[in-house]
Amino acid sequence: MKLLLLLISAAPLALAAPAGAQSMQNMPGMNMPASQPAAKRKPAAKPASRAKRTTAERPAARPAPAKRRAPAAKPKPAAHDMSGMGDMPGMDMPASKTPSAADAHAGHDMSSMPGMAMPESAGGAMDHTMPGMNMPAGTNGQPMEHDMSSMPGMMMDGQMAGHGAGGTSLAPGNAPAPSPPSDHYADRIYQNGAMADSRSMLHNEHGGSTSSMILFNLAEYQVRNGRDGYRWDGEAWFGKDLDRLTIKTEGEGVLAGRNGIFMETAEVQALYSRALDPYWNVQAGVRYDFKPNPSRTYATIGIEGVAPYWFETEAAVFLSNKGEVLGRIEGYYDQRITQRLILQPRVELNFSAQDVPETRIGAGISNAEFGLRLRYEVRREFAPYIGVSYDRQLGKTADYARADGEGVKATSFVIGVRTWF
Amino acid sequence: MPPVLNRRDLFRGAALTGGGLALSAWMPAWAQPVSAGIVRPLPIVTGNDITLKIAHQMMMIDGRASHAIGINGTVPAPLIRLRQGQTARLSVINDLDEDSSIHWHGLLVPFQFDGVPGISFPGIKPKSTFVYEFPIVQAGTYWYHSHSGLQEQMGHYGPIVIDPEGEDPIRSDREHVVVLSDHSQMHPHAIFRKLKQVGGGYFNYQRQTLAGLLAKKDQPLKERLDWGNMRMDPTDVSDVTGSTYTYLVNGHGPQDNWTALFRPGERVRLRFVNASAMTTFNVRIPGLKLTVVQADGLNVRPVEVDEFQIAVAETYDVIVTPTDDRAYTLVGESVDRSGMARATLAPREGMAAEVPALRKRPLANMKDMGMGDMDMGGMQGMDHSAMGHDMSASGAAAGGMAGMNMESGASMPAMDKPADGSMANMPGMGAPAGDAMGGMAMGGMGGMNMRDASKAPQVKMGPGVQTISPMPMDRTGEPGQGLEDAGHRVLVYRDLMAVDRNPDVRAPDRAMEIHLTGNMERYMWSFDGVKLSDKREPIPFLENERVRVTLVNDTMMSHPIHLHGHFFELVTGHGEYSPRKHTVNVAPGGKVSFDVTANAIGDWAFHCHMLYHMHAGMMRVVSVRPRGEAA
Repeated sequence: MKLLLLLISAAPLALAAPAGAQSMQNMPGMNMPASQPAAKRKPAAKPASRAKRTTAERPAARPAPAKRRAPAAKPKPAAHDMSGMGDMPGMDMPASKTPSAADAHAGHDMSSMPGMAMPESAGGAMDHTMPGMNMPAGTNGQPMEHDMSSMPGMMMDGQMAGHGAGGTSLAPGNAPAPSPPSDHYADRIYQNGAMADSRSMLHNEHGGSTSSMILFNLAEYQVRNGRDGYRWDGEAWFGKDLDRLTIKTEGEGVLAGRNGIFMETAEVQALYSRALDPYWNVQAGVRYDFKPNPSRTYATIGIEGVAPYWFETEAAVFLSNKGEVLGRIEGYYDQRITQRLILQPRVELNFSAQDVPETRIGAGISNAEFGLRLRYEVRREFAPYIGVSYDRQLGKTADYARADGEGVKATSFVIGVRTWF
Repeated sequence: MPPVLNRRDLFRGAALTGGGLALSAWMPAWAQPVSAGIVRPLPIVTGNDITLKIAHQMMMIDGRASHAIGINGTVPAPLIRLRQGQTARLSVINDLDEDSSIHWHGLLVPFQFDGVPGISFPGIKPKSTFVYEFPIVQAGTYWYHSHSGLQEQMGHYGPIVIDPEGEDPIRSDREHVVVLSDHSQMHPHAIFRKLKQVGGGYFNYQRQTLAGLLAKKDQPLKERLDWGNMRMDPTDVSDVTGSTYTYLVNGHGPQDNWTALFRPGERVRLRFVNASAMTTFNVRIPGLKLTVVQADGLNVRPVEVDEFQIAVAETYDVIVTPTDDRAYTLVGESVDRSGMARATLAPREGMAAEVPALRKRPLANMKDMGMGDMDMGGMQGMDHSAMGHDMSASGAAAGGMAGMNMESGASMPAMDKPADGSMANMPGMGAPAGDAMGGMAMGGMGGMNMRDASKAPQVKMGPGVQTISPMPMDRTGEPGQGLEDAGHRVLVYRDLMAVDRNPDVRAPDRAMEIHLTGNMERYMWSFDGVKLSDKREPIPFLENERVRVTLVNDTMMSHPIHLHGHFFELVTGHGEYSPRKHTVNVAPGGKVSFDVTANAIGDWAFHCHMLYHMHAGMMRVVSVRPRGEAA
């Protein structure tokens, strides 16, 4: 019985094919049985296209108003056998249910069939497009009843008795749109500028607000052989949706024996940030290095944003007051292990266009840092982490370091807090 | 035999089911009942002269005190009960230290009393009084709320019931007003700030994880990568969730268990109002059929369902006929399943019924991204079997189908575009027969431009527009997001049909399209890529002009769109008996058409009723001007 009902309901789905069929025909992956003559689909297609022109005309293939039991075994054009769909969820109609409420309308309220409201069952024409749907030949003579009650789509028909042919069934005309007024109607009632304050508040409160954020992605203690260190990397912004003032800072140092805290590098950037597209900002401004000495000032331009696959990315070029050109690329990815436990792989590469013996930087990739940090978001804003960081100086920069008697690589265990507010 | 549980049983049940949900950061309501049930209807104000005082107050939710803005000392604000045909005089005292306002949501009032500061009036200054006075020309269930700042989130909302002039055609033995809402201990400005700072992920504790992948939950790796490539998060269903919200029924939390009484056998009318700032609810009462008799204040032909989704700012009146002498749980599950509003229908005070566990949260699919119906294998069952549903519907619709501008004689929106609109040319569809659905869909996804400006010429492309739906579909025949597999009858928009013939059955004079646009990453929301703060000219209408407006959702979120001062007829195939609404929810990646007769002169607000979407800019002014007046 259930199967029968299923077929009953499936038939009109197929019937609705004409509409879709037109541009669906050359759909690869549609395994149409040989015995399904193309001719059968065409007549169906025509009424559908005619129906486009006027609401009054109905597709010829559309059965008379929704008799719940149309004659069986009367295959209609385009009625592909749906037997292959027997296991479609959502097609399971409770047999005992009867349409409710609006049934007065000769069954036009097809949506009133319980269980049929689901998109699966409401589905129509393009079931054919399902690849892998094997429509067996020879079964297209299956009895199928055209119970429109299963077709919310057909309820759209313009001339349904009782719904009236007017109202929303009518196609819109093409009258020109009026030109927008330049005055405000409320000014006629609340005069002498009484509306001015509230109007400007209205604008500010609906898209014009200013926001800000301070984020320290890294703020950590680094444990390594002999020379423990520390490191930070943070950013703050202030502004509206598109234009922001951005401050960045990063640096590191060592906690070396008797000298206490020794800062190796420390920089601050002050940037104007402008949104380029949904994901990227262009940022330009100045960078000032407090360390190493002698300090430098750079003009900076770069981009920052979210790359595909959710990589947080930054790239910038720096031109120093001595004419040196440096570059930096930075990226990280937050891999959620659970809702609060997050693993962040992070890469930072620094470049130089030339040797700068003064600051012990060599041309090419000067250093690379790979980090892997595991944090727990106690709150989104407060996430203690542990991890490892591998730092390697390369090329000429490494040569400088060796000449200075310093190591060129360091592996640290890190412990810190990622925080923002 | 339906169980009637006492509190001890409830607690035992919690031990069994609570554990798995503990991680959801939502304390299951049934775990710690703090109340045997609160049988306290909302306070009522009525008559021709009503005074409402807006003020800060504290409110108790689930035994916890919370700061709120209420009216006359209550949250929700008192029920305003009026009669059609009367004139209402409402004196509103603003006792706050900031401007405030009241908008009468759904009431047809002269525009200067519509209550939107900056559009209809200057607002109500601190410590001052504004008197609204207007005739009541309609009947039904409506509501009112602040249109200033984010006060609505803090409790500044209440229900309105207008009794019809004659006998109410909807007969019931008793009625209850059920105001659903969301409340957070976090200040709304803080909520908005978090959203601006880190986008939609801040409140979402149901995202996809590596642990989930290993446990074969949610999307398989391939899909995750594809979605990651597009920088889209399929778990992004609600921007603000149960991680900060407590969902309320008439101002009471799930543990408070607000209780509505009935006598077995009575026809009980429940007037649902979704007064939330950000929450779409799935409403059901296990054990009872819900007969929907009114939507947005206007009567519809009765439709019997098991569940309905109510978007922000919508109202539905529902008849239930509980025959057993037992309690029933009223469940208002948030659409992302991060929590629920819960109340009880019971013959006596102090009863409770089983509270069902939260169901699995939905994952957005390709349809939700406006990619049409090329669903991915293995996702939410057999969605792909629905392929073309909307298209066939459109084909049959011919004259009046949603979203179609028929003047050219073209048919279906997805079909009439020469190349890229047609499924036949969809890259990836060339997969050999029998190939895995997933593979096919993926091919299609890769080949589909998610930001093709030519699909939406009027949209101002920019950082605020993350995507343009390549194939937006009319989804008014589908249950709301996450209810495709509910396993029982769920209300869809196409079920709604007006009882009374529409007052204006003319063909629309013209058609226009408005795109709902946004960027989840920057938390920017707009119409046609334009925020209200961009200060564009209003959307113009002529007096009595009839216009078919098609709303195209280019985002992956639902947007309940509200037009002030008017009802509009949904184009869902019901001709002269189209359902008339003041708010329509446009499904993710979907589109909705309505016909509106611009018969209310003035300037009107037009906006998404998700409070933070509106606050981010998803709002425009609609102007209706007399014909002949110089534009």
